Amino acid sequence: MGGVLPLVGKRLLLGVGTLFVVSLIIFWAVEALPGDVAQQILGQSATQETVDALREELGLNKSPFTRYFEWLVGAVQGDFGVSLANKRSVTAQIAPRFANTLFLAAYAAVISVPLAIFLGVLTALYRNSVFDRVTNALSLVSISSPEFFLGYVLIAFFAVQSQLFPSISNVTAGMDFDERIYRTTLPAVTLALVVTAYMMRMTRAAIINLLASPYIEMARLKGVPNGRVITHHALPNALAPIINVVALNLAYLITGVVLVEVVFVYPGVGQLLVDSVTKRDFPVVQACCLIFAATFIMFNLIADVGSILSNPRLRHPK
Amino acid sequence: MVKEKSVLLEIKDLRIEGYSDEEWIEIVHGVNLTLHRGEVMGLIGESGAGKSTIGLAAMGFTRDGCRISGGSVLFDGMDLTTASRAERRALRGSRIAYVAQSAAASFNPAHKLIEQHTESGRLHKISSKSEMEADAIELYRRLRLPNPEEIGFRYPHQVSGGQLQRAMTAMAMSCRPDLIIFDEPTTALDVTTQIEVLAAIRDIVEQFNTAALYITHDLAVVAQMADRIKVLLKGDEVEEAETRKMLADPEEDYTKSLWSVRSFEREQKPPPPASEKPLISVRNVDASYGPVPVLKGVSFDIYRGQTVAVVGESGSGKSTTARCITGLLPPDAGEILYDGHVLPARYQNRSKEQLRQVQMIYQMADTALNPKKTIGEIIGRPLQFYGGLRGAELKTAIDQLLDQIELEPSLYYKRLPSELSGGQKQRVGIARALAAGPTFIICDEVTSALDQLVAEGILRLLDRLQKELDLAYMFITHDLATVRAISDVVVVMKEGEVVEQGPKDVMFKPPHHEYTDLLLSSVPEMDPDWLTHLLEERGVDNVGEAAHDKKT
Amino acid sequence: MVSFAIIYYALLIIACCVAAFYRQRSGLIVLFVLLCISLISGLLGGVDVLINITIGVALLAAAGGISYSFRETLTYILPNEAAKLMRKAPLTAAFGLLVIIAYVIAAVFAPVIAPFGEAQVVGSSFAPPDDVMILGGDQLGRDLFSRLIYGARNTVGIAVLTTVIAFIVGTVAGLVAASMGGWVDQVMGRIVDILMAIPQLIFALLLLTIVGTSVVNLTLVIALLYSPLIFRLVRAVAGNIVVMDYIEAARLRGESTWYLTTKEVLPNITAPLAAEFGLRFCFVFLAISALSFLGLGIQPPTADWGSMVRENASLISFGLLTPLIPAAAIALLTVAVNFVVDWMLHISSGLKE
Repeated sequence: MGGVLPLVGKRLLLGVGTLFVVSLIIFWAVEALPGDVAQQILGQSATQETVDALREELGLNKSPFTRYFEWLVGAVQGDFGVSLANKRSVTAQIAPRFANTLFLAAYAAVISVPLAIFLGVLTALYRNSVFDRVTNALSLVSISSPEFFLGYVLIAFFAVQSQLFPSISNVTAGMDFDERIYRTTLPAVTLALVVTAYMMRMTRAAIINLLASPYIEMARLKGVPNGRVITHHALPNALAPIINVVALNLAYLITGVVLVEVVFVYPGVGQLLVDSVTKRDFPVVQACCLIFAATFIMFNLIADVGSILSNPRLRHPK
Repeated sequence: MVKEKSVLLEIKDLRIEGYSDEEWIEIVHGVNLTLHRGEVMGLIGESGAGKSTIGLAAMGFTRDGCRISGGSVLFDGMDLTTASRAERRALRGSRIAYVAQSAAASFNPAHKLIEQHTESGRLHKISSKSEMEADAIELYRRLRLPNPEEIGFRYPHQVSGGQLQRAMTAMAMSCRPDLIIFDEPTTALDVTTQIEVLAAIRDIVEQFNTAALYITHDLAVVAQMADRIKVLLKGDEVEEAETRKMLADPEEDYTKSLWSVRSFEREQKPPPPASEKPLISVRNVDASYGPVPVLKGVSFDIYRGQTVAVVGESGSGKSTTARCITGLLPPDAGEILYDGHVLPARYQNRSKEQLRQVQMIYQMADTALNPKKTIGEIIGRPLQFYGGLRGAELKTAIDQLLDQIELEPSLYYKRLPSELSGGQKQRVGIARALAAGPTFIICDEVTSALDQLVAEGILRLLDRLQKELDLAYMFITHDLATVRAISDVVVVMKEGEVVEQGPKDVMFKPPHHEYTDLLLSSVPEMDPDWLTHLLEERGVDNVGEAAHDKKT
Repeated sequence: MVSFAIIYYALLIIACCVAAFYRQRSGLIVLFVLLCISLISGLLGGVDVLINITIGVALLAAAGGISYSFRETLTYILPNEAAKLMRKAPLTAAFGLLVIIAYVIAAVFAPVIAPFGEAQVVGSSFAPPDDVMILGGDQLGRDLFSRLIYGARNTVGIAVLTTVIAFIVGTVAGLVAASMGGWVDQVMGRIVDILMAIPQLIFALLLLTIVGTSVVNLTLVIALLYSPLIFRLVRAVAGNIVVMDYIEAARLRGESTWYLTTKEVLPNITAPLAAEFGLRFCFVFLAISALSFLGLGIQPPTADWGSMVRENASLISFGLLTPLIPAAAIALLTVAVNFVVDWMLHISSGLKE
């Protein structure tokens, strides 16, 4: 294992470094705002006193470096300061919503990952068949449609016309699991539709690439039956690309969440982010961005580490 | 050795089609082939002759985008073109085995060698896993792999190329098949490694009296391996005969032309007078890629109108030396002199005139010509850039160059590189170098990607141009036949150092430096007894990697 | 109604038999699957579902037919080379081309085609479709159809402009990185890594919060966020070209970096770049629509498909599908571009062999 650990360690460090730089960008982007933040928030009509009071409250009188440092230390400990809009703790607002978002994303992932891998492998094995072409065309349509289109179509058919599911996914804290699943199904399916299409196409490409390897031909020439060629010769090597594809798409999934949450009025971080952007509530926007970016970076990291760990050349060094 | 005379494989009027550009095109046009038990047949031909396709078809297999459109493949009485999938699968691995060109790519990276070795036997229920493993170790021993007990338990990437190729031969032998298809098994290997693999393959095929189809483009190799030789050209059979007869007395013109390829050899030029300054002088050059040193104290001189051949195996530093001379890789120490003056280490610091004097011709003509430019533009650019030629003047100069490389100007001026054959592209590469009006040209393996006949034409052209224009060549090659054909001085390199250098006539006569000796002796010759004699002379432990290791 | 179902099934079964008789394996599979789906959904949902399926199939067939005649027409009109290409083009590509042309026409001649002005209030809010307003009115009583036509101009226009800016930035940077190499390449690579470590939509939201929402800001922000993707592609493709021997030959000749990039590298990367332009346009188009849908992109009263969906979304709960038409317009264009890109990629990969 000697060869792998340093590599993985390096990737992890790189990930932490990236996250640090991202935190810098998120903080300084707001800092770079022309003019006085307090004035901007309150508008031109505000009196000097109120502006000063807000400046004090936001700590704008301290140097930006001190503020960045305090913000970062707070963020690491889970404290993102106070919302400008309603003066409540940002963390208290985000925490339950973050759980909701994770639930939705996980639900979508549970639907899409097995389905996408299954379809991807199948279309790769039967490439250029009718099945492959139809699946491909459908996935293309799914990728091309904006999430809100898919979402509203599902609402129109499954909520309005056949009334199988609610059109608004208003989950609350005390709700039991079944109810939660029931209410989250439409948004999860919407998300899954897009992500599955991407994941399937990438899996298909990876598997086709792999099936063209000389060692697959060699296995066939050794008289290995088709099924075993797949399970024994293709899949162990397909693991790396598949892990990569899945992780990258899960990273994509968390972006898709934003639109879907708005369509279904789902109380998650995405909706909060959009609301706060409209209200220009900087502390909340910063916190949400940091959380999304961190998750995104984490999944990309998992993709990297996963493909390192599943590479036999790296696992069994010379 | 008693060879049974019963027929094992009989291919009749085999036709294979390939799918390209939305239609099926026939690529093998009715080939017949009869192979008896225990017999080795060599299939030889240039690229595109359909050798591999026929080899795979002998197993009832076609690659994606190919199909058997006619004829039959009778293996021990069973027609593989009509047999069911299960029937064909039952034969593969157990009665017909395959050895691929690139062992490194054909072993599954996820499994240990021995697991892959025993897979066929286990699947075909020939014997138990432990028996198969014991047998594998025995086969590894017979193929003279180092540490036969242990080597099977390694992963493919942990084993060297030559060893992998032998392990693959062992794997093919695992079920003691009646027939093995060898598809260019030594093409990707260095000469000194190749000889060892050849010896091992020949030995084991003889021991088990296995029939084999040996596919290669190398005449000298097939002469050592095969009992009979079949010559193919563009999917058609040219002729077939017993090896010695085929080598001594080929019937068809095409075969004769193949055989005569190695006949071109020009006289060594007299050495320049002692007073003459060398044109290019490489002095004590050290160079490295990052922290890895690749050249150590390389020195040699090249005189006007002479050809210096730099030989060595891959990784010996031949091309790196060229990169130092052209200024692409500034040396860590030492210097390059042109006509007695030191050249700046980096090409960026050299004057236009200095750059003009040193030109290059590349190995892969495909990557050496910009695919989006016409031949006229490619050849015209140096004329424009160095000579400032314009309009009609430029056109005349380009036409002259095209005439010089024996391409009809009116036909080729407007064509794109993709519309030319490999040999023609290489000629355009030569013309581009000439267009600069250089005194010195570096030829980096210029003939190794070409079929032998075409390569011969290129060598003759280069020789003619040298005489006409008094050019100096630095010829980088691993092919000693090329060296013999065109060089005046030979420089032998190994692991970044010059092992030996001297005039061609001296270098090809003993006594040699040990490594030169190994290198020279490893190059297969057309004589069918060459390998046998060599092994008798030296013993199996004094060829190839083993000898290599002993001497370092 | 019952007779419809009987005829429906009978036709499908006959079609299956015909396909089987002529050994059209793929056709048979498609028909058979359609038959199975119809049986199941027919049992569950009644004849209505069958009618819907029929409409769907008829639409597909109509699209196929139109694409076919469009392709054949083109092969006659176009000059030799292009006609040859068209003849081998798949129907999907022809369909894509047709749709793109239709959109371009709608965008260019919007004032001529649209019966009313972009912001003109014609009737009552959420007026149902009638002779005056083919698709009905929106929440302010403006003509939905006219706004849809103007939307082609605004939404597509801004997306094209944004993509072009992103492309210029990304391509120039990528070419510079590839041909300069060394530390320039390293630094640019790192910057792009960082930019791409934040999901695009989120980053866009952050930046739009700061700079405020306007068309100019939107264009610049999206262009900035999508140029790294183009940079990466250009860097990778040009990177493959830069190691070619003909580039080395040109370098050793003493050619300038400008000559190298414009005359030697650029002509070799135009094909993948063209395909990439199509793909990136789709992403940019979807991103802008998404932002507009969130109310952060193109601002009213400018007609824009994303915001039109948002403004009229409440109609969906009443079972009306009109708000989905702008969304469908977005999807249709993206599908069309993807079809054409697929075809282009196929051609360029085919030429390499």
